[in-house]
Amino acid sequence: MDKLTSKQKNNLIRIIVAFIIFVALMIAEHTVIPEDFAHSIWMLLIWLIPYFIVGYDVVRKCLIGISHGQMFDESFLMTIATVGAFGCGEFDEAVAVMLFYQIGEFFQSYAVGKSRGAITDLMSIAPDYANREGEDGEVEVIDPDDIEAGDILVIKPGEKIPADGTVLEGTGLINTSALTGESMPREVKAGDQIISGCINGDNLLRVRADKDYDDSTVMQILELVENASTRKSRTENFITRFARYYTPAVVLGAVVLAFLPPLLSGNFAGNFGEWVLRACTFLVISCPCALVISVPLAFFGGIGAASNEGVLVKGSNFLEMMAHIDTLVSDKTGTLTEGRFKVSEVMPESGYTADDVVRYAAAVESGSTHPIGAAIAAACSDPVPQSEITGEENHAGKGIIANVSGAVTAVGNMSFMEELGIRPSSEHLSTFAAATSGIREAGTMCYVARDGKYIGAIAVSDMPKPEAKKAVRDILAEGVRRIIMLTGDSRETARAVAEYLGITDYAAGLLPQDKVEYFENLLAETGGEDSSRKIAFIGDGINDAPVLSRADVGIAMGSLGSDAAIEAADVVIMDDNLERIPAVIRIARKTIGISRANIVFALLVKFTCLILGALGIANMWAAVFADVGVAIICILNSMRMIVRRKKAEQAQPA
Amino acid sequence: MKKKFKLIDLDCANCAAKMEEAIKKLDGVNDASVSFMTQKMMIDADDAVFDQVVQEAVKCIAKVEPDCKVVLK
Repeated sequence: MDKLTSKQKNNLIRIIVAFIIFVALMIAEHTVIPEDFAHSIWMLLIWLIPYFIVGYDVVRKCLIGISHGQMFDESFLMTIATVGAFGCGEFDEAVAVMLFYQIGEFFQSYAVGKSRGAITDLMSIAPDYANREGEDGEVEVIDPDDIEAGDILVIKPGEKIPADGTVLEGTGLINTSALTGESMPREVKAGDQIISGCINGDNLLRVRADKDYDDSTVMQILELVENASTRKSRTENFITRFARYYTPAVVLGAVVLAFLPPLLSGNFAGNFGEWVLRACTFLVISCPCALVISVPLAFFGGIGAASNEGVLVKGSNFLEMMAHIDTLVSDKTGTLTEGRFKVSEVMPESGYTADDVVRYAAAVESGSTHPIGAAIAAACSDPVPQSEITGEENHAGKGIIANVSGAVTAVGNMSFMEELGIRPSSEHLSTFAAATSGIREAGTMCYVARDGKYIGAIAVSDMPKPEAKKAVRDILAEGVRRIIMLTGDSRETARAVAEYLGITDYAAGLLPQDKVEYFENLLAETGGEDSSRKIAFIGDGINDAPVLSRADVGIAMGSLGSDAAIEAADVVIMDDNLERIPAVIRIARKTIGISRANIVFALLVKFTCLILGALGIANMWAAVFADVGVAIICILNSMRMIVRRKKAEQAQPA
Repeated sequence: MKKKFKLIDLDCANCAAKMEEAIKKLDGVNDASVSFMTQKMMIDADDAVFDQVVQEAVKCIAKVEPDCKVVLK
């Protein structure tokens, strides 16, 4: 047992001392102490020694509580129960109950501290210090709190990046896994933006801080995760409310149990002691903590596990809703697709290579600022020298003609080709259509001709993200009933992308305000906010903030460094990876499962003990074991959320 | 104004729930939370009475759990 707090150490010593005395007294009572002395006032005083050693703080808290009018807390219940046992002459039982209660409390505090530590370790992204370079070039070590925008920071190999900034000097690989869950390091060079909380690789970086430490990503994330536990889930609210009625009800039951049966029996004095002991068992079981702790711990673990996947969940309530998503609405561009045009297919006419087609097309488009031209230029690895390109003629909306390396070259759409009297062979067109079906409709076709002869075609499109298809499948497998894609693009494009991804519902041609309206209708359809069928929205957070905030759960993608998205969304996915979504749904469902199991288990044990206690089968020892044992088992159960993650980390070392 | 305070020796989850309930009922408090897991208290109260509210909240906490200390920065 490492890292006990001083309070825990102190408690442990008290428990051990009291336990030794307790065992010694038990042995003495069964051997040397005569029967009549065992129940005398002197023996009571001796038993009170271990009782107060282990339980003085409980009694003290109870007295303070009574003076403040705070009844029904644990100290109160335990004190009354043990005093009752003393009163009935069961000295050993009174001490044992207090002793076991404190042992239980000790383990509980240890286990909670441990899981709290485990989660904060997972989120240990905050830097401990920073190296600031002064105007004279001297480097001093400062507290990260003191970083201001504009400071020049030196980040040595292996250090955490203390504030969001821009690289001035140095190149290297930085590890973003603590923030994004992404294990591939990212390459950075002078001029690149870097995000605080990442870990620098093997090279020295000189960086200018763009933000104060307080505004940096690290601080924002820590703030979010800390605040997350303040937005309580329904399950959590339910159990706290339940505890508020449960304890007084059981205490009332105890009072009834102490007086009613002896009164009914006709021999009040003879039976009272026995029934008081049973009532005391009730008091022990009525302690609410095991119930109250069982749920938030599971959610805390779930939020910790999610943040390790590079997903920030802004509240327990949102994690809970993630497990109940019925409909997932997604933006297309930039969320399901890459959000930029790329050459997706090149189909050369026989006698030409794909490289030729791209090379000539890129040359013609070299002066163009159109995104399609840029995409073709980006695909060309060996551009034609600028000196060999002359006489560019731009036919708006159709294509471009230029003289490239001594031959008239045209790039454009089909009608442009027809205008020029160029026709691709029908054979070529049909193979092209087959090879690019789906993608072709989703994108734009550029046909290329040289010297009046058709040489090939290029398809340029906003490609679905490579992981999108699998992510859609996984999301549906996790119990989401339907996925709807919203887009401002044309119907054809929308259909092609949706079909490719396996999405059956989509709405195209929507302006931003249409998206909000569409969403409102959807909400009305499923029965509004109180419905158990939750609607989530995924977007990049740039122009869909209204929908993000309207959704039951608004999920923003690719938000690393984007303040607006982090602000508007309920769930923030730091990197661009769609597969984080099924992963979080899985975590959410597991969290719900664990918290439910905890509640059912705690209630079951408590009620069983109540019944057995009333029948006189379970004594107070059993009750204490039931109470603290349940709490500890719930804690261990909740810790599964964290342990799973640690194993995964060991399996693939960074 | 919204502010967070660290709590030391907040030992019981149900106490945290009780503190939260009591603080929420104070005059001038818009929202409050006491988190057993993070051992933190958040108070969102009107600026004019904020300091007073914090004093009251400290009293609420002492009432529920006498050993629990609030770190006032």
